[in-house]
Amino acid sequence: MKITMAHGSGGKTSHELMGSIFGKYFSNDVLDELEDAAVVDICGRIAYSTDTFVVTPVEFKGGNIGKLSVVGTCNDLLMMGAKPMYLTCGFVLEEGLEIETLDRAAKAMAEEAASVGVKIVAGDTKVIEGHGGMFINTSGIGVIPEGRSVRAANCRPGDKLILSGNLGDHHACILSARMGIENGISSDCACLHDITDALFENDIDVRTMRDVTRGGLGTIMNEIAETSGCRFNIFEEDVPVNEEVKGFCGILGLDPFYMGNEGKLIAVVSAEQADKALEIIRGTEHGKDARIIGEAVEGKGIYVITKFGGSRVLDMLYGEGLPRIC
Amino acid sequence: MEIREIIDYLKAYDGPELKFMEVCGSHTSAIFKTGIRSLISPKIKLISGPGCPVCVTPTAYIDKCAEYAMAGDSELLTYGDMMKVPGTHGSLSDLKGDGAKVTMMYSPFEAVEKAAADPDRIFAVAAVGFETTIPSYALMIDEAKRRGVKNIKLITALKTITPAIDWICANQPAIDGFICPGHVSVIIGCQPYIAIAEKYHKPMVVCGFEAEHILAVLYELVRQMERGEAKVVNLYPNAVRWEGNVKAQEVLEKCFEPDEATWRGLGSIPGSGMYLKGDYAVYDGGSRGLVRDMELPEGCSCGSVITGVLNPDECPMFGTSCTPLDPYGPCMVSAEGACGIWYRNR
Amino acid sequence: MCVAIPGKIVSLDGNMAKADFSGNIVDVNTGIIDAKIGDYVLVHAGCAIEVMEKDKAQELIDLFAEIDELEREQ
Repeated sequence: MKITMAHGSGGKTSHELMGSIFGKYFSNDVLDELEDAAVVDICGRIAYSTDTFVVTPVEFKGGNIGKLSVVGTCNDLLMMGAKPMYLTCGFVLEEGLEIETLDRAAKAMAEEAASVGVKIVAGDTKVIEGHGGMFINTSGIGVIPEGRSVRAANCRPGDKLILSGNLGDHHACILSARMGIENGISSDCACLHDITDALFENDIDVRTMRDVTRGGLGTIMNEIAETSGCRFNIFEEDVPVNEEVKGFCGILGLDPFYMGNEGKLIAVVSAEQADKALEIIRGTEHGKDARIIGEAVEGKGIYVITKFGGSRVLDMLYGEGLPRIC
Repeated sequence: MEIREIIDYLKAYDGPELKFMEVCGSHTSAIFKTGIRSLISPKIKLISGPGCPVCVTPTAYIDKCAEYAMAGDSELLTYGDMMKVPGTHGSLSDLKGDGAKVTMMYSPFEAVEKAAADPDRIFAVAAVGFETTIPSYALMIDEAKRRGVKNIKLITALKTITPAIDWICANQPAIDGFICPGHVSVIIGCQPYIAIAEKYHKPMVVCGFEAEHILAVLYELVRQMERGEAKVVNLYPNAVRWEGNVKAQEVLEKCFEPDEATWRGLGSIPGSGMYLKGDYAVYDGGSRGLVRDMELPEGCSCGSVITGVLNPDECPMFGTSCTPLDPYGPCMVSAEGACGIWYRNR
Repeated sequence: MCVAIPGKIVSLDGNMAKADFSGNIVDVNTGIIDAKIGDYVLVHAGCAIEVMEKDKAQELIDLFAEIDELEREQ
């Protein structure tokens, strides 16, 4: 069965789709009220974020667009030290999409939401002409416990930089599928609540955290440097990249520093707590390859310290990071 | 000898100022990535040469590619780095917004498969490159011919590197020695450099792309300068044979012939272009005579940068009216353009 | 000017081969080299342009021996 324009009409076919897929997977006390808007109780400071997912292909090794849509928004909330509470989701479906594909995406969303403990409380579906594509927007609200402050402005010279694992897996996985290159690279697509929970439960004073998504580590570190007023040195030899991903980057002339990830974070912690924080992160499922990759110093910008002690500037990504020949 | 000894030697160098040109864009990129400049004496200057095929492509070429991309019955296949080079009516990336059919390719062989599967449309290949890439276009066209695939056109901007090095030696005598392009040398070997080394008395050393290679090549160039030598040396024997890849040279000569070509910033250099010849010329998409280049705005110093007269940051437009997001010339657009690399690493 | 990296030939069919780049399997044209299965080849834009004699680690060790040799020639 495929999606047709009737599924977006708002009539009976739409209702059947809602019931057979979204009702089946997303059921909870708030959503089941079936009112025009979700009504929820929230106390305290909230973190609030939104993201839209347009990945091609919609299913890939290690996940699908549904899982990604929950992971992406929850990770944004988690990086602020928040506990994700509620999500809304908007689907834009193209005519011709296999309903089975939509079902798998919704199932993955429900599973990921359950693992983080977040409820999907409102949603919307539209159908447009096209070639069987699927796009998802999610918005999320999380609550930040009292006294917790996770902001780039907290960084101080001397702080250490911890990367939670290998760079580039998601980007390489998606691009491999598009370019027909065979390999075993899986997307790292995952919610990082195991890492953030472990850090806060063990009283690590996390200065700031970011998930290392689009634009890669180079871009995200430049953002942190700018807001924090610190310079960061990154030791190239300490930055973990999977051998298979290195090979993939070599073929296409890509740089892991600018490749997107969907399950990696960078955390800045004080020098005193760095070793303890590293050990805690390594003890989690999604942080076992974590490394201390650099440190904050006085100054501006991001510098990479290379193999023989040379240094170079690591700037933001310009343009699209296209495969090249030369 | 240990790598540390070489680094110490290059760091301590305090003789006359030396200017070495890395001809190849991949060397420019490797030099920045490995932070080599921060490891050596400021008296050893590294100058980025014209060795990025995208950077030396004239405006008329981009316009020709755009023609195929915009025509109703054709599609353009290109490498990613060509997408943002400005033509008269914007870059190929800009034109995609106006409906241009541009597809990125990893390898030219993809064109044969696409064309065979869709015989009613023309597949135009933006065939840029130096000697490293030219044999793959030759193999691809041979394959198309053998399979009777007729709906492929090559828009060639293929260039050979030795005429350009000769041009630089003749016009820019301040360069003391050359880091010869590693992968071009895989095809052409080391012999073609001997005549230039002798004619202009410049040392020319071939090397690979690891930090170790580049440090070794700099050491060898400095030592030759100190001894007053001008030898051709191959420090990449694992990939580069002295005579080059003879089979590749034969394939190349079977399909292509040399003629004049326009290099952005240098102008026309006789015999530096390669064009489809004989039976293969039917596959040419109108590549000859693409000489018109954009009129560079006042102050733009592309030509001086490519020839190593000026460092990119000595151009008055660098970083102000010319940036990677809003570039005038391909030296700023390309990931391997001297200006783009300097900007990203400034 | 031309990105090229070494891969290992894992299968061969006429002028077409599959090459392994640290686990990434890519179709490679071998029309301008004489390759056999197990060879390390230098690949640029889908085309193998040369057979490499040794791996990168050995290449870099030999590089410094070559420098010594050049010094001794003086």
